Amino acid sequence: MIEEEDIDLLLNDLFDLYGYDFTRYSRASLKRRIIRLCSLDKFPSFAELRYRVRSDPSYLKRFVEEVTVNVTEMFRDPGFYKSLREDVLPVLGTKPFIRIWHAGCSTGEEVYSMAILLKEANLLRRSLLYATDLNPSVLEKVRKGIFPLALMKQYSESYMNAGGTRDFSSYYTAQYGQAKFDNELSEKIIISTHNLVSDSSFNEFDLILCRNVLIYFDKELQDRVLKLFDASLGTLGHLALGTKETLKFSAVQNKFKQLNREKIWKKII
Amino acid sequence: MEEDHLNHTCAFLLIGGSAGSLEVLFKLLPLLRADLPFPIALVLHRRSSADSSLSELLASKTLNPTQEVEDKEPITSGTIYLAPADYHLLIEHDHTFSLDYSEKINFSRPSIDVTFESAAEVYGPRLVGILLSGANEDGTRGLTAVKRAGGIAAVQNPDTAQMPFMPHYALTHLPVDYVFDTIQMAAFINSLA
Ligand SMILES: C[S@@+](CC[C@H](N)C(=O)[O-])C[C@H]1O[C@@H](n2cnc3c(N)ncnc32)[C@H](O)[C@@H]1O
Repeated sequence: MIEEEDIDLLLNDLFDLYGYDFTRYSRASLKRRIIRLCSLDKFPSFAELRYRVRSDPSYLKRFVEEVTVNVTEMFRDPGFYKSLREDVLPVLGTKPFIRIWHAGCSTGEEVYSMAILLKEANLLRRSLLYATDLNPSVLEKVRKGIFPLALMKQYSESYMNAGGTRDFSSYYTAQYGQAKFDNELSEKIIISTHNLVSDSSFNEFDLILCRNVLIYFDKELQDRVLKLFDASLGTLGHLALGTKETLKFSAVQNKFKQLNREKIWKKII
Repeated sequence: MEEDHLNHTCAFLLIGGSAGSLEVLFKLLPLLRADLPFPIALVLHRRSSADSSLSELLASKTLNPTQEVEDKEPITSGTIYLAPADYHLLIEHDHTFSLDYSEKINFSRPSIDVTFESAAEVYGPRLVGILLSGANEDGTRGLTAVKRAGGIAAVQNPDTAQMPFMPHYALTHLPVDYVFDTIQMAAFINSLA
């Protein structure tokens, strides 16, 4: 049994020693992840985990990788991508230059899906996709643009449900059980670590996607991050969240208007 | 034991179910009183692509407000909450819901174990957990956590379940307090305060 106070001590260590601040993460989920890590790495007790974190800086990488949740897929929630295609891209298309930020992009499936939509709308050439995450290991995968071939059938179905009409396999080359996505797509992706808890705004964007990241934050941190997004969006910019995330309980809700049933908002002031 | 439970206050009722549990809920929900003094959360296994119409379907069976959970939603008495497809449903100490898109547990997301364990930490002895029909082990660990925290554990009578495995598995692994058919279950829930 791990007590709340134990978690607090560990989180304080992480902040004091390494500058990672997890104190405002959703506690219920964070605690489960920490218990999971304890059992994965066979620590006999929580104290041992804490000792390892304090004394072995190289263990930090593993801690961050395992405690955050990196699960993602291409064209996850096809209805959402369909709405991006039909309702948002036409607006972006009126701009000479398009900047999109994927905050908490994980291994990049969402970013490549977006690049495909842009290509099909003939907008890719004048777009840049900024892919950021706090975890450097997932960003390495974004850079490579290589995903398991076995998942392509499912992704192709989602792509079609999102209104795609081309042959999905034309976007990648199959090799050794992997699908390597075209350079034409990856060329437009700019990769950087960025911690939503502690880093500030770094550009002005027309569209920010932050999907299934805020669920891991408590209300106060969510509000802080939403303010950061608000400050990073140009006039009439769009903000997209995960299907079960909402601006409803947030401090910025009056500055945004939801487009339709999907979790996409337009900045109105 | 029964005497004890009559004095129990229920702050939160959890119902977990898998294959064959919808039919039970369709019968159960109309039998529940309209002014429930506690919230209910339903954690049901369903296809990940399932549309959102399930919550509307369930809502049509009861006068109590029924809705699918959104992240960080405050938990209010009298409301029936449905765990969204493809997310784990967790309870925070400030009595709000959190969602989590981590690995499946028992091949399931949402996992009944995850919600029951998390609620047990927050509500302790004031929690009631019920497991319905299902063909999966999910729920037994969760129900054990409910018991361990001093709450009440109940299951659908496996003889009346379309898929008896889930309630039966719980019965063989922990001291379950009550075994109900649907009518008894409704009466029990209506008697909780
Ligand atoms: C579940 S994934 C979401 C991936 C993708 N957006 C999707 O919806 O499929 C959550 C990601 O958020 C990242 N994350 C967690 N905390 C973060 C923070 N403070 N700053 C930036 N990214 C963070 C994690 O590393 C992880 O890759």
